[in-house]
Amino acid sequence: MSLLTTSDLRVHFHTRNGLVKAVDGISFAVEKGKTYAIIGESGSGKSVACYSMLGLVPMPPGKIESGEVWFEDQDLLKLSESQLRKIRGKGISVIFQDPMTTLNPFLKVGDQLIEPLRLHFGMNKKDAWQKGIEILEEVGIKDPAQRMKSWPFEFSGGMRQRALIAMALVTEPKIIIADEPTTALDVTVQAQILTLLKELQVRRNIGVIFISHDLSVVADIADDIAVMQNGVFVEQGTRDAIFSNPQHEYTKKLLAAVPHSEKTLQQDENSYLITAENVSVHFSGNKGEGLVRAVDDVSLQIKQHEILGLVGESGSGKSTTGRAILRLLNLASGKIVFNGEDISHYSRAEMKPLRRQMQMIFQDPYASLNPRMSVYDTLAEPLLLHKIISKKLLDKEVFSLMDSVGLSRESVLRYPHEFSGGQRQRIAIGRAIATKPAFIVADEPVSALDVTIQAQILDLLLNLVDQFDLTMLFISHDLGVVRYLADRVLVMKDGKLVEEGAVHQIFNNPQESYTQALLEAIPGKSLLGVG
Amino acid sequence: MNTQAEIVEKIDAMPKGVSLWDDAWVRLKKNKLAMFGLCFLLFMMLVCLLAPLLTPYGYEEQDLRLGATVPSLTHWLGTDTFGRDMLTRILYGGRVSLMVGFIATSVALLIGVSYGAIAGYAGGKIDALMMRLVDIIYALPFMIFIVLLMVVFGRNLLLLFLAIGAVEWLVMARIVRGQIQNLKQQEFVEAAISLGLSPGAIIRKHLIPNALGPIIVYTTLTIPNVMLLEAFLSFLGLGIQPPQSSWGLLISYGVESMEEYPWLLIFPGLALTLTLFALNFLGDGLRDALDPKASRD
Repeated sequence: MSLLTTSDLRVHFHTRNGLVKAVDGISFAVEKGKTYAIIGESGSGKSVACYSMLGLVPMPPGKIESGEVWFEDQDLLKLSESQLRKIRGKGISVIFQDPMTTLNPFLKVGDQLIEPLRLHFGMNKKDAWQKGIEILEEVGIKDPAQRMKSWPFEFSGGMRQRALIAMALVTEPKIIIADEPTTALDVTVQAQILTLLKELQVRRNIGVIFISHDLSVVADIADDIAVMQNGVFVEQGTRDAIFSNPQHEYTKKLLAAVPHSEKTLQQDENSYLITAENVSVHFSGNKGEGLVRAVDDVSLQIKQHEILGLVGESGSGKSTTGRAILRLLNLASGKIVFNGEDISHYSRAEMKPLRRQMQMIFQDPYASLNPRMSVYDTLAEPLLLHKIISKKLLDKEVFSLMDSVGLSRESVLRYPHEFSGGQRQRIAIGRAIATKPAFIVADEPVSALDVTIQAQILDLLLNLVDQFDLTMLFISHDLGVVRYLADRVLVMKDGKLVEEGAVHQIFNNPQESYTQALLEAIPGKSLLGVG
Repeated sequence: MNTQAEIVEKIDAMPKGVSLWDDAWVRLKKNKLAMFGLCFLLFMMLVCLLAPLLTPYGYEEQDLRLGATVPSLTHWLGTDTFGRDMLTRILYGGRVSLMVGFIATSVALLIGVSYGAIAGYAGGKIDALMMRLVDIIYALPFMIFIVLLMVVFGRNLLLLFLAIGAVEWLVMARIVRGQIQNLKQQEFVEAAISLGLSPGAIIRKHLIPNALGPIIVYTTLTIPNVMLLEAFLSFLGLGIQPPQSSWGLLISYGVESMEEYPWLLIFPGLALTLTLFALNFLGDGLRDALDPKASRD
């Protein structure tokens, strides 16, 4: 018998702007020891579907219109709030997406971990603490007895996610709902967490509902997959069926959106636009820890019209390198030459005329746009600042910029919050190309976006590179994306360059063990045929 | 939504006035409560300004035989113990109170916002130094500060306003600094730096507009504070002196004779309360109007 059976679940939201059918008639069953993956873009209703089963969707505006959710001979949808509270955590527990915000920063990890034990089982503090240590050990946290007494901020992202998994497991639930548990993590950490989840599931013989927007993440761990779009399952089936023989258009689109083609580009042997020699950037650490060598003796060259990929985990210093090249940071030592000009020690005023030639695209389109400036203001600002265009022609230029990045002209007076993530990134790209720069640093420009949107933005970037004859430093932790876009790849670790080479060289014949580990960690590599 | 519709029609011509402030004005006009507040304030200022034309009495004109009388046709809001017309005194008092409110608050706003923004943006040693200075001034007993100023410069109304403003800016500076410190971590500030904007322009165009919410809220809290402070100082003999009046002063005298002549307290109290109400409505409306996320539904 299935652990959990959901049939014809409908959850609608009655908002001021009308009815939103977030979940519109889905049915599925979760088996013991199996992973059921629900795939869909943000807004497709996948989280709402799962949270509504536990009564975690705010009602109103939400309303469960129909459906049954059977778990341990009870229909969850008919239970009262107090009955549901006994199921939550004890019968079904949830691992949330963002390990940075889900832990209470003012409670020690151990105290948070044993809270459900004391609540649901009435354990005394000593026993619960002992059990907490055991479970931390089980999820692979070293020195668990010591770590129980740590504060959340002393944990890295991966460790926090392990702690959250421990919290979900500690009550020995029958089912775990994992809501994008690895989206906020680095690739290598992501691979570890996925392996851990799979192991735990097999060992404890529990059912897992795995929610993700990324098909490649679930490729290795799911048994069954449902593809969700606009509140309905457009396709349901076993993992193999979905990957080898997708039926629905949308599934095909999702599969195609996983970047895996290799870029081939004839390189004209031009001079270098950017040369960095032995660049180091140091930050002063906390509490007399001494210097943090964020970038340590890095040398690189970028040719005209080249896209150079810079990969590494977060904390490897790749973003700092990009910012140092743009002189947004001061160098501790080393030399940066831009277009034959040594800019290593230029002041702000000396940099200003060069700023129009070198621009940056940021990772998070939600943070990189001023929320109080309309698209018009955002795009007009660089044009006016560098006196690129007369006031009379300004409007026209703003419109033509919007055309170039694929924004509709009607939205010129809208503010950033009225746009989706992909559209916001288009605005940010528009701002970066407004001054017709020669060089752009793109710092993880697509890692905050859904996969299908990713593909669109990457294509836009490639187009613009050709159209405006751009040179680009493309920073990413996602090797798949880099492979799609870059001509050459640099691999960074702990502030140092570890490997450099053409794309096919790095991907087919990595020399360094770290590069090999990064490649190993690409989710769904069996699917992509890397290596 | 009207403006939007017009744009769609002629998509090549940009409509004029597309700044945050133009936009805010359009949105403010739709907020009935805020517009009522604004109109009431303007009305209040107008009648106080035109007081000599509106009432037949002078503010110091006494009629001792009359004494305190209840509101009547000749004296709409009654008279005080010296037989002075209350309406006249409230209107003249409003001049002082509104002026204190606006001048002192403007001074506090100007100094506080720019000081806080500079400290917050500069960070590091400059920030530490600037904020310690604020702490030191904050620790000085306020009364001594004012008395000293009065002694050195003589009793002067404008000086009083400036002195109050010069004390009130401290909290504003702290609030703004905290906001700016948060905001400058955001990537859009780095984006502005990489565009080549100067620090001044970044503070003006990118940071302060995003800190406006708390600034406006605190400003609407400062205005009544400042008005009451003036009353307190006047009561101690450091501010306005009778026969001149202000709302605060009228209220504090009204309190003394509350039991025998309640109208001496009620009417000036009402004038102050209504004005503060109007201010709060306007402040709330402004805050919403300046936040593109809040309105447009």
